[in-house]
Amino acid sequence: MWATVVADLFRFVGTWGREIRDSRGRHLVTALPLLYLVAFFLVPFLFVLKISFATSTIGQPPYTPLFAWGEDGALTIRLVFENYRALLGDPLYVGAYLNSLWFATVATVVCLLIGYPIAYGIARARPAVRVVLLVLVILPFWTSSLLRSYALIGILRTNGVLNQLLMGLGIIDQPLEILHTNFAVHIGIVYNYLPFMILPLVATLMRLDFTLLEAAADLGARPASAFLRVTLPLSIPGIVAGSLLVFIPAVGEFVIPDLLGGPDSLTIGRVLWTEFFTNRDWPLAAAVAVAMLALIVIPIMLFEWLNERESRRDEGRASGAP
Amino acid sequence: MSNARRPGYAEPWQDPAEEPFVRIEGVTKTYGKVYAVDDVSLDVFRGEFFSLLGGSGCGKSTLLRVLAGFEVPDRGRVLIDGVDMTRVPPYLRPVNMMFQSYALFPHMTVAENVAFGLKQDGLPKAAIADRVRQMLDLVRLGGLEKRKPDQLSGGQRQRVALARALAKQPKLLLLDEPLGALDKKLREHTQFELVNIQERVGTTFIMVTHDQEEAMTMSSRIAVMDAGRIVQVSTPSNLYEYPATRFVASFIGAVNIFNATVLSQDGDRVLARAHDLGIDVVARSGQPIPAGIDIGIAIRPEKIDVAEEAPTRADNVIDGKVVEIAYLGDVSIYHVETAGGAILRVQETHAARSADPHYNWGDRLYLVWNAADAAVLTS
Repeated sequence: MWATVVADLFRFVGTWGREIRDSRGRHLVTALPLLYLVAFFLVPFLFVLKISFATSTIGQPPYTPLFAWGEDGALTIRLVFENYRALLGDPLYVGAYLNSLWFATVATVVCLLIGYPIAYGIARARPAVRVVLLVLVILPFWTSSLLRSYALIGILRTNGVLNQLLMGLGIIDQPLEILHTNFAVHIGIVYNYLPFMILPLVATLMRLDFTLLEAAADLGARPASAFLRVTLPLSIPGIVAGSLLVFIPAVGEFVIPDLLGGPDSLTIGRVLWTEFFTNRDWPLAAAVAVAMLALIVIPIMLFEWLNERESRRDEGRASGAP
Repeated sequence: MSNARRPGYAEPWQDPAEEPFVRIEGVTKTYGKVYAVDDVSLDVFRGEFFSLLGGSGCGKSTLLRVLAGFEVPDRGRVLIDGVDMTRVPPYLRPVNMMFQSYALFPHMTVAENVAFGLKQDGLPKAAIADRVRQMLDLVRLGGLEKRKPDQLSGGQRQRVALARALAKQPKLLLLDEPLGALDKKLREHTQFELVNIQERVGTTFIMVTHDQEEAMTMSSRIAVMDAGRIVQVSTPSNLYEYPATRFVASFIGAVNIFNATVLSQDGDRVLARAHDLGIDVVARSGQPIPAGIDIGIAIRPEKIDVAEEAPTRADNVIDGKVVEIAYLGDVSIYHVETAGGAILRVQETHAARSADPHYNWGDRLYLVWNAADAAVLTS
């Protein structure tokens, strides 16, 4: 969830800057949420950043101070980069990062493939039916993610619901070993994050003017071609929003890999947990967290920057209008 | 009302040897229990600018969608250039449509919009570029190729939609309220431009409109629709001068209609008792009408003459009192109340300049009209 907040913050700061430029009175309204983010996100993040440059000691707090007054009255700032070097040097951490990115990527792609048709169906349904379908999408959220993950254990384990069903139907003779594999983690993450993909897609597809598809058909486009040339390009905002909403939290996911994964389903979330609680190495854990943020935020900022440039170019073209 | 069509336009519907280009045969389309289009048959000829005219819900748009292929009729057939198209999907029809909302692709530039159908056909790049330039020149949008639809004015968007619909050189172009979204001044200008373009490209146009003036100005022929049926198909002037029903008479232009009972007929002169006026009137009808039948008699406001003295020789005369005056610049409209309480609308053209109205509220005057100018409406 942290990662989402960071992404929002950067986006927010970007919008804020633009709005000040556009209208001077409006920044008063945006100051309040900005203050909130500074107090409850930016300041704690700076603490974490600070700890990541310390070394672990036994004591309270369990890390060395960053600033120290020397006996000669000089201020010493001691930045230790050892933690970051350890992250890059140890294949355990690099592997965990790659694992996390892999899980998040698979989840995003699979959620998109499953979610798009569902979202399309919901967007095209009659309004009364649409409400019911949307409630069905949101309904699982009324129970906690932890409970749902435990329920998945019951379904996926060796003598669980799924294996009993498949064997009862005679499809398999031997129970499938799904639980405590990477496959189980994929199932868990996709199941948990699917609604985050569906909801922004529904919002985008509902805004889509369906006469555009009639126009495409009228100009000779078969349904598949009309989808590729009209529907898909126009639903990119929803695809991007949904993908970010799935990818970002999935990278930092801890509960699902921990409950459903096996020993090789090592993710950033699990490494962080181990470093922090089991090894009590706060500085290393802090470095893990900072590196994860960088991993997620930098591509998003890049994306936002490209978007910004694109829209500015469009505006530039429009200003030539009479 | 002016007509944008050039004189000398051939009238293929008069020629029995001419094969109709679009044939609609007994088309019926229902939504639930509602008959949107009810057993409509219609022939449209090559090169026509044909209009479907009617109020909202009359079925004109549904009929257009049947022609485009977006709706499959429950009964009946649609033939275009001799080929049965009833069940052919829209993407295989040699027909293009200009949508009321224009339906321009917002993520594509003007040029990409116009090129959409050509690309779909897999034309070579150079041919597409040529055709796009040609189309944009035709609608006078050269130089705006790289704009997106949201960077265009309403009139420019309308012309992009037209260029896109014409780019594939369809056999038949369908226009759904093509001028509906434009303001009045631009609309009048565009009416003439659209007819001009149609005459240049020679494509058969079928237009849907609720605006009778638009239909009159642009069309070679008009089908007036009401409640899913076609009431009358004719040229603009024929519809105006010889309406077949009360609906057509009152839908197109202003008209006075009064109820009457036929007394006798002498040749094409029908003598009838006009109950609302309390007098007997003479009107013209080409058809024999038996005595005793109830009819409607329609007379246009501009065909009624106004006189201060009772004329000695006239087909129809009635006196009344001016109760309303509307000065419109080129004409004045008077509402005249007869002794029986009926109110007639009369129009007087201001041929000479004068700031004083000819008549005033409360003035008594005589209304005079010829039998030949009054139409007999049997339904």
